[in-house]
Amino acid sequence: MKRIQIPIALAVVLLLAVSPYFVPAAPAATMGPVTDSLGVVKINRGQPIQIAYWLVVAGPDASLGIDSRRGIELAIEDKKTVAGFRVRLIGEDSGCNAEGGVTAATKLAANRALVAAIGSSCSSEAVPGAPILWKAGVVTVSPSNTAPRLTAANRGKDYDGYMRTAHNDLVQGRVAAEFARRSLKVSRAATVHDGSPYAEGLAGAFADNFKKLGGTVTSTEAIAPTDTDMRPVLTKIAAGRPELIYYPIFIAAGGFITRQAKEVAGLSGVKLMSADGTFSPDFRKASGDSVVGVYNTSPDLSPQAMGGGYPTFLNKHKKKYGENPISAFHPHAYDAAMILFRAIERVGKKDSAGNLYIGRKALRDALFATRNYRGLTGTINCNQFGDCADPKIAVYQHVTADPAKWNAGVDPKKIYP
Amino acid sequence: MTPERGWRQAIVAGLVWGLSAVFVSLVGLVEAVQQRQIITGVIAGGHAMLLLMAVGAGVQAANRLAARGASRVLLGAALAGAIAGTLVALLILLSTIVNMRPILVGATPTLFAVLSLGLGVTALPWVVIIGIVAASSGAALTLLPPTVRRLTVTGAATVLLVGLFQELVQLMLQSERIARVRDLFFTIDGLPPRGALIVLAIAVGISAVWGQQRPKVRRKIADLAPGQRRAVQTVGLVAGVALVLLMPILAGPFLSQVLVLVGLYTLMGLGLNLEVGFAGLLDLGFAAFFAIGAFTVGLLTTTGPLAIANFSWWTATLIAVVVSLISGVFFGLPVLGIRGDYLAIATLGFGEIIRLMVLSDFLRPWLGGSQGVLAIPKPVLFGYELRGPEQLFYLTLGASAIIAFVAARLRDSRLGRAWMALREDEDVAQAMGINLINVKLLAYAIGAAFAGVGGAIFAVMVSSVFPHSFTVLLSINVLALIIVGGMGSLPGVVVGSLALVGLPELLREFSDFRFLVYGAVLMLMMIMRPEGLWPAAAQRRELHEEVERVPEGEMVTKVEEAGT
Amino acid sequence: MDVNATALPRPQWWRRVSIVDLYLWFFRLAVLVVVVWGTVGTLRAGQYSGEVWLDFVIFGFSQGAIYALIALGYTMVYGILRMINFAHGEIFMSGAYTGYFFADALDRAGFFDRHPIISLLIVLCISMGVSTGIALLLERIAYRPLRRAPRLVPLISAIGASFFLQYTFRGLYGSGFRAYPEAEILKGEWIIAGAGILRTQAVVIVASILLMLALYMFVMRTKTGTAMRAVSEDLEVAALMGINVDRIIVITFAIGAAAAGAAGILYAVVFKQVHFFMGFIPGLKAFTAAVLGGIGNIPGAMVGGMFLGIFESVGPILFLDGLGIVAPYQLKDVIAFTMLVMVLIFRPSGILGERLAQKKA
Repeated sequence: MKRIQIPIALAVVLLLAVSPYFVPAAPAATMGPVTDSLGVVKINRGQPIQIAYWLVVAGPDASLGIDSRRGIELAIEDKKTVAGFRVRLIGEDSGCNAEGGVTAATKLAANRALVAAIGSSCSSEAVPGAPILWKAGVVTVSPSNTAPRLTAANRGKDYDGYMRTAHNDLVQGRVAAEFARRSLKVSRAATVHDGSPYAEGLAGAFADNFKKLGGTVTSTEAIAPTDTDMRPVLTKIAAGRPELIYYPIFIAAGGFITRQAKEVAGLSGVKLMSADGTFSPDFRKASGDSVVGVYNTSPDLSPQAMGGGYPTFLNKHKKKYGENPISAFHPHAYDAAMILFRAIERVGKKDSAGNLYIGRKALRDALFATRNYRGLTGTINCNQFGDCADPKIAVYQHVTADPAKWNAGVDPKKIYP
Repeated sequence: MTPERGWRQAIVAGLVWGLSAVFVSLVGLVEAVQQRQIITGVIAGGHAMLLLMAVGAGVQAANRLAARGASRVLLGAALAGAIAGTLVALLILLSTIVNMRPILVGATPTLFAVLSLGLGVTALPWVVIIGIVAASSGAALTLLPPTVRRLTVTGAATVLLVGLFQELVQLMLQSERIARVRDLFFTIDGLPPRGALIVLAIAVGISAVWGQQRPKVRRKIADLAPGQRRAVQTVGLVAGVALVLLMPILAGPFLSQVLVLVGLYTLMGLGLNLEVGFAGLLDLGFAAFFAIGAFTVGLLTTTGPLAIANFSWWTATLIAVVVSLISGVFFGLPVLGIRGDYLAIATLGFGEIIRLMVLSDFLRPWLGGSQGVLAIPKPVLFGYELRGPEQLFYLTLGASAIIAFVAARLRDSRLGRAWMALREDEDVAQAMGINLINVKLLAYAIGAAFAGVGGAIFAVMVSSVFPHSFTVLLSINVLALIIVGGMGSLPGVVVGSLALVGLPELLREFSDFRFLVYGAVLMLMMIMRPEGLWPAAAQRRELHEEVERVPEGEMVTKVEEAGT
Repeated sequence: MDVNATALPRPQWWRRVSIVDLYLWFFRLAVLVVVVWGTVGTLRAGQYSGEVWLDFVIFGFSQGAIYALIALGYTMVYGILRMINFAHGEIFMSGAYTGYFFADALDRAGFFDRHPIISLLIVLCISMGVSTGIALLLERIAYRPLRRAPRLVPLISAIGASFFLQYTFRGLYGSGFRAYPEAEILKGEWIIAGAGILRTQAVVIVASILLMLALYMFVMRTKTGTAMRAVSEDLEVAALMGINVDRIIVITFAIGAAAAGAAGILYAVVFKQVHFFMGFIPGLKAFTAAVLGGIGNIPGAMVGGMFLGIFESVGPILFLDGLGIVAPYQLKDVIAFTMLVMVLIFRPSGILGERLAQKKA
C-alpha cells in the first residue's frame, strides 16, 4: 500500500503548494497611502483606469445598451484623463435577463483591477447582479434601470453599491397619468402590458395614479411580446369604451397595437399612449402611418429640461457614430460616467512614484455624496438610496410617420409639461 | 476513383469552403470575431477564421486526392484554395461596385476592410494568393509524417486557444505572486508575439516529450501486476477528483459561475436522459419541471411578500423534489398513450402551458407574475452561508454526484432494463410483462425530480425566480446537449453540457451568433456523428449501422432500375 | 376454436377501469367544466354585442387561414416522412422576408402604388420561389442523409436547421423588423351582409381557400398527387411500384414550402411587419392545427387551421373572461396548447381522422 500512499500524498501536497499562487490575495486593507475597509485598487503609472459596462449590447434590445455605451464612450472622450490617467472601457453583454445579469456581474466582479461599473440596462439584470458586484466592492451606476425596487428604502445592504442616474418608473407612471387626466381630460383608460417586469410595473404605476386622480381604469390587459394579432385584445378593450390606451411595451408588439387599433371597430377616436420602450424611430417603422398622433412618455430631452451641454453632445454623437442617438438613455450614461470620474478624482491618491490608489468604500461614499452636479440630464443629487436622477419626464406626440425625420422634441413634438 | 472525380471534389471543396467564408462574412461573424486579437498586433480572430477555412479547403481537397501522390495533392489543394480565395475576392469586388448595406446589414465598410486587409481593391490578387498558400499548407500538413503533424497542430491549436481566451486565462492568473510569470506571457491587451512564441514552444515541447514517453509509460503500466495497476489507476482517480475539487480556487469566480451553470444543465440533462435516453420518451416540456422546482424552493424560502413558509433551503429542496415527483406523475399520466413525435409536441404543449400560467396576471397574487419571486436567501450549511459561485459549485457538484450515482444505479437496475426495453419497442415490452404505466410514470417522475433539484439550485444562484427563464429554448437546450454528448450515456451529458453551455458562456461577446453556430453544430453532428461525442457503447453500434448516408443519386438509380 | 368459445367472462366495469382512465376522465371533465362555466359567465354578463362576436370570429378566420396554409406543409411532409419539419416555420419566414425586399423596391419605384395587384402577385411568386428553394436545400442537406436514422436524429437536425435559418436571416438582415408597404386598395373594410370585414382579412381568407382548393385538386386528381398519396401510405411498396420516391419527396417539400411562402405574403399583407423570429410561433401553432385537423390530411389542415384560429380569437373572451380571469388574452396560447394536448390524448387522429395507416408512431 505504500506505493499508493506516496503518490497520493505527493499529489495533494503539490496541489496545495501550488494553489496559493493562483488564489488572488484578499483585498488589501492598506495599499500605499490609502486605507479602506473594502479594499484598494492600485493603478500603476502608465496603466489605464479600468471601467466596465454591463449593458445589453446584443440581441433584440441591443439598441438600449449600445446607446448607453456610446454615452459612456463620449464621456471618456470628453474627459480625456482622470487624475492624469487615461480610462479604458471594458464590458459584458448582460442579455436583459436575470441569468445574463448574474454572469456578466460575476465576470466583472472577478476582475480585481476593475474600479467601477456602469450598468445595468434592464432592471431584471440589476436585481441579482448588483449585489454580486457590491460583494466584490465594485460600485455600479445604472443609466437605464427604472424599477422602483432598486432604490427603495428597504432595498437592503446588498444594494449599497448601486445607484442610478435614470428616473424611477413611479415618476413616469405618475406623469403619464397626470397628463392623461389633466391635459387630455380623459376619465377612462385601459392599460396593456407584455409580461415583462418593466411594462407591468409601469402600467401598474399609471393605473394607480390615474385612479388616484379620479379616473377609471376600464381594463388591464396583457399580451405576450411575440403576439402579432392584437385585434381580439383590442376588441375586448373596446367593449369597455376607454378614451385612452396606455401600452408601455416594446417596439414589436407596440407597433402591432398601434396599427391594429385603427382597424378595430369601437376604438376610433381612442387616444394611444406608449412609454420610453417605444421611443425610437423603429417604432415608426413598425407602426406605419398610424403612429401619427400617438403619445409617448419618455425622459425629457429638450434643451430647456436638459442641462446645457446636450446640443454639443448631440453633435459629437452624430459625428462619431453617423446617426442620431438610437435610444433615450445616452445622456444618463454620460452623466453616470462623469459623476464616476469626479468621484475617482476626489478620492484617488497618488504615491511618490505616480501610481494611483482608490479606496473602494471611499469611492462609493463619494459617489453617493454627489450633490448639485449639473449634468446633461439636469441637476444630479444622489440620495442615500442611490436615486440620483433629476427626473424630468415629458410627453411627446408624433407629428409624422417618417423614421428619417425623427428628431426627439421636434418630431415627435414635446407637448407636456 | 476516376481522375476527374478527384479534381471535381477538389473544386467542390473549394466552393464549399469559399461559400462558407462568404456566408460567415456577410452574417457578421468575421467582423465580430475580428475584434478579438489572437496575437496582439499580428493577427485577430476574423483573419484567423478565414485562414482556417482556407486551410480546411486544402485539407479536404488533399484527403480526396490522397491516393494520387504528393504533387497532385498540393496542386488540388492549391486549386481549392484558389477557388475559395476567388469567391472572397469577388465579394470584395462586389462591395466596391454596389452598396449592399441597406439590404445586407453585415456588409459594412469594416467588414471589407477586414477582408481586403485594408488595401481595398488592390488586395484582390493577394486574397487569392493567401487562399492558395493557406490551402497548400493545409495539404502539406496531411503529407507530413504523423509526429511532425501532431506537433504542428497541437502547437498551433494551443496558441490559438490561449490567444482567444486570453482574458479568461489572465483572470485565472490574477494573483500578485505570479505577476512576473503572467507578464512574461501576456500584456494587458492580450497575447503578444513574444508570449505566443513561448506558448508555442511549451506546447510543442510537452507534446513531443509526451509523444516519446507515452508508449513507454503504457507498456510499463501494462507490465504491472493487476494490483499495482489498480493502484496507479486509483492515484489517477484521486488526482482527478482533487483537481475537480480545487477547480473553483484555481479558476476564479467567473469560471466557477460558468461551471455552476454547466453543473445545473448536467443535472437537468441527467433527468432528461432518463426519459429520452433510457426510456425513449421524448420530452420537450422539461423546463416545466425545472420551473416547478425553482418556484417551490422560491416560495418556501423567500423573505418577500409571496412566501408561503420560511423553510431552510435544504428542507425546501426536499419538498421541491417531492413536488416535482408528483408533477412528473401528473404530466405523465395524460400522455401515457402518446408515442414518438406526438409525445414531443404534447410535452412541449405542457411546458408552454406551465410557463404561460406562471407568467400570467391570473396567478400573479400567488406566483408573482412577471415580477417573479425575489429575495431568495442563499442556503446555509452549518452556519456557513453559501454565497459565491465557488460555494455553489460545490453544492452543484455534490448534487450532480449524487444524482449521477442514482442514475447509474437505475440504469443497471431492473427498472433501467425495463426502460430500455420500452425504448426499443413498446408493444414487445408490454408483451414481455412490463407494466408500461408504472415504468413510464417512474421515468417521468424521477426525471422531473432531478430537474426539480436543478431548479432549486437555480433559484438560489440567481436569488430570484423569473418566469421568463423557463422557455421552450431551455428544454431544447437540454435535449440538444444530451444528444450531442451522447444519448443514454452519463459522461456524455457532462461533455454535452460543457460543449453547449460552458463554451458559449466563455464566448459571451459572440452571443449574437450563438444560435447560428448551435444550429449548424446540431445539423452537422446529426449527419456526421449522431451517436454523440461520448456515446454509450450500445448507441455507437446501433447508430453507425443504421445511419446510411444516402449518396447523391444512388437511391434514385436503385428505384429507377427496379421500376423501369 | 374451443379456446375462444370458452373465453373468460369480462370483468365488471369497475375492475376494468384503471387509474389512468380515471385521471383522464377527470381531466376531460375539468376542461369541460371550465369551458361551460366560463361561457355561461360571459354570456350572462352580456358585455359584448353580436357584432363584436362576429368580429372575433372573423379575426379568427383570417388568422386561421394563415395557420392553415402553413399547416399544409407540415401535414404533407409528416404524411410522407413521418417527420416533424421543425424548420417549416422558418421556411414561412424566409419567403415573407425575402419578399419584403422586392416589395420595398417596387414601392420605391412607385410601381407598388400604381399596380398593387400585380406587385403583390410578383412578390407572391418570389416568396414562394425562395421558400421552395430553401426547403429543397434543407431536404437535400439536412434530411436526406438521415432518412434511415432513428426518429430522434432527424428531429434534432430539424431543430438545428430551424435555429440556423433564423439566425442566418438575423445575421444577414439584422435583428430589427422590416415594414411592408401598404397598398391603398387594401386599406379599409368591406361591408358584407351588414358586417364589416377588413379588406386584408377578406383577401387572406379567399386567397388561402383558393390555394388549398388548388392543392387538393392537385393531390387528388393528378398522377403526381396520386404518387404522393401512395408514398405516404407505404414508402417501400410505392418504390416497388416504380415510383421515384426521391422525386416525390422533393415535390412534396416543394409544394408545402410554396404554400408556406404564400402564407408568408398573406401574413405580411395583414400584419405588415416581418422579423427574423416571426416563423417560430406560427410554425408551432400551424403544427397544432395540422394535428388538430388530422395529420396527413389536406382538408384536415384547413379545418384544423380555422378551428385553431377561431379558438384563439374567441376562446379567451368566451370562457376565460367569464371565469373572472384578469387579462385573459395572455392565456390564449394556453388555450391553443390545451386543445393540442387534448387532441393528442383523446383523438390523435384529429378531427377529420388520420388518413394514414395506423403505424406505430
